[in-house]
Amino acid sequence: MTAITAGAAPARPKLSPRKRAQRVRIVQYVVLAAAVLAVILTADGPQLQRVFMRPDLVLRTFTSGLPLALGNTIAYTAGAFVVGLTIGTLLALMRLSQVAPYRWISTVYVEFFRGVPALIVLLAFGGLSIAFPGMRVPLEPYGTVWIALGMVSAAYMSETIRAGIQAVPKGQIEAARSLGMPTGMATRKIVLPQAFRIVIPPLTNELILLTKDSSLVFAIGLASNGFELTKFGRDLMNSTANMTPLIVAGLCYLIITLPLTVLVRRMENKARKATR
Amino acid sequence: MTTTSAPRIPTGNRDDEIQIYDLHKSFGQLEVLKGITTTIHRGEVVCVIGPSGSGKSTLLRCVNLLEQPTSGRIFIINEEITDPDADIDRLRTKMGMVFQSFNLFPHLTALQNCTTALTNVLKKPKADAEKIAMANLTKVGLGERGGSYPGQMSGGQQQRVAIARALSMDPELMLFDEPTSALDPELVGDVLAVMRDLAAEGMTMMVVTHEMAFAREVADRVIFMDGGVIVEEGHPKDVIGNPQHPRTREFLRRVLDPTHVHAGDEDAAYAERHQSDLKVDKTGGGHLPPGVGFHSPSLG
Repeated sequence: MTAITAGAAPARPKLSPRKRAQRVRIVQYVVLAAAVLAVILTADGPQLQRVFMRPDLVLRTFTSGLPLALGNTIAYTAGAFVVGLTIGTLLALMRLSQVAPYRWISTVYVEFFRGVPALIVLLAFGGLSIAFPGMRVPLEPYGTVWIALGMVSAAYMSETIRAGIQAVPKGQIEAARSLGMPTGMATRKIVLPQAFRIVIPPLTNELILLTKDSSLVFAIGLASNGFELTKFGRDLMNSTANMTPLIVAGLCYLIITLPLTVLVRRMENKARKATR
Repeated sequence: MTTTSAPRIPTGNRDDEIQIYDLHKSFGQLEVLKGITTTIHRGEVVCVIGPSGSGKSTLLRCVNLLEQPTSGRIFIINEEITDPDADIDRLRTKMGMVFQSFNLFPHLTALQNCTTALTNVLKKPKADAEKIAMANLTKVGLGERGGSYPGQMSGGQQQRVAIARALSMDPELMLFDEPTSALDPELVGDVLAVMRDLAAEGMTMMVVTHEMAFAREVADRVIFMDGGVIVEEGHPKDVIGNPQHPRTREFLRRVLDPTHVHAGDEDAAYAERHQSDLKVDKTGGGHLPPGVGFHSPSLG
């Protein structure tokens, strides 16, 4: 082939594919360097710091209740996760049930809560006490948030858990049944432990999403001791007329989510090695 | 089925451990078992042989109701397992089952694989269960490996743990579904040795296998199946050594001397056997109706 092209077009010597790839790479580096240089030269460092990272306001953010807000974010997330995992497991088992109406209920639930914005669900639950005067959700404001966010995340988790259950080979339940285990026991002792091992990484991803979704709580009325990071940062931003508190609050989310991300990656690597 | 006066069903004899009467099984349009009747007696080792698709695995799986028969009756020690009111779980504890693909529980150690049914089903105290499990692991030559997970063992070791797991329930009879077919050739011997010891102890065994040497040496009776029926059965010396039926002869020729089979012979034979089935076979064998998840109805 080279002989033919060399004979047909002797004028321009063609670059070998490897050399061409090298040149493309060099061009990419040059573009990147130029962009970085442009940002550095045009940016006004001190002005940026005044707007986004004023040291005194960073300190004030910490002293005026950041730890409490961080704690609340964790509390909202953890509670909603527990609720979501419980309902999600139930929905997954219903989806796989032999009783058709259970499958329908599960499907309708999942499609409904996956399709409706979490914010609307949260607002609806926040408005329950207005709709039904005298109605009290226990552990306010945590109860409302746990149930609302938990019910939304359950829809997503149930799909993950269902996939995990179906990933357990059919031979496992056959072996369990052949040892005399009834269906329920085989599911609890043999299938679910293996299914959860499979779904731990995707469920941790769900936890990360839930951590961020807990910021929606700002939309329902809260006493200041119920503030989570977003609401707290936004209020302080308004009262100080500076972005710094919001940025600090935003960075706090990373304190929660980054370790989880690392954890997921580790587990996925381990799982990949374990599969024979 | 109208039972006339002639044969008593079940026989009522405790030594007739497995009694199968006119068993039929269809997957959709595909009839896999076309009327099987046989009895397996206490202490008997019966090897079921036959070409792929002959229904021998389905027959074995019907015995402990992993497959729900379409019609016919099966009795385990004179209790009808095909009776809708039968306590299937209790009857299954009397039958150990060994699968082609081992099906060990990967999240449990070898010891826990053996104890889980003892503690959960038979409600034995943990210490007793572990003693029983350990004895059976030792019996299959894996007394030291109780703490290992299935993933850390070879296929032959896993299959022997699976045998120990089944034996731990102290079953009256054992069912083996091609126990060595998934093993590397050099690992087959250990598993067969365990099975031979078991047979020598007087365990009732029903073994679906392709190991003709094992069948010839250990079996008391060989059943040759083809096309969903029992074509020939009898002492291995007769069935394997001096087969009467042309289909048995043809099968044994291919199995015992595979290098001299002409290319395409097996395909042609298969097509002939399944002439009536091939039209529906294209739908994918129809093992499960679409939409049926892991709670398959066959698991009762």
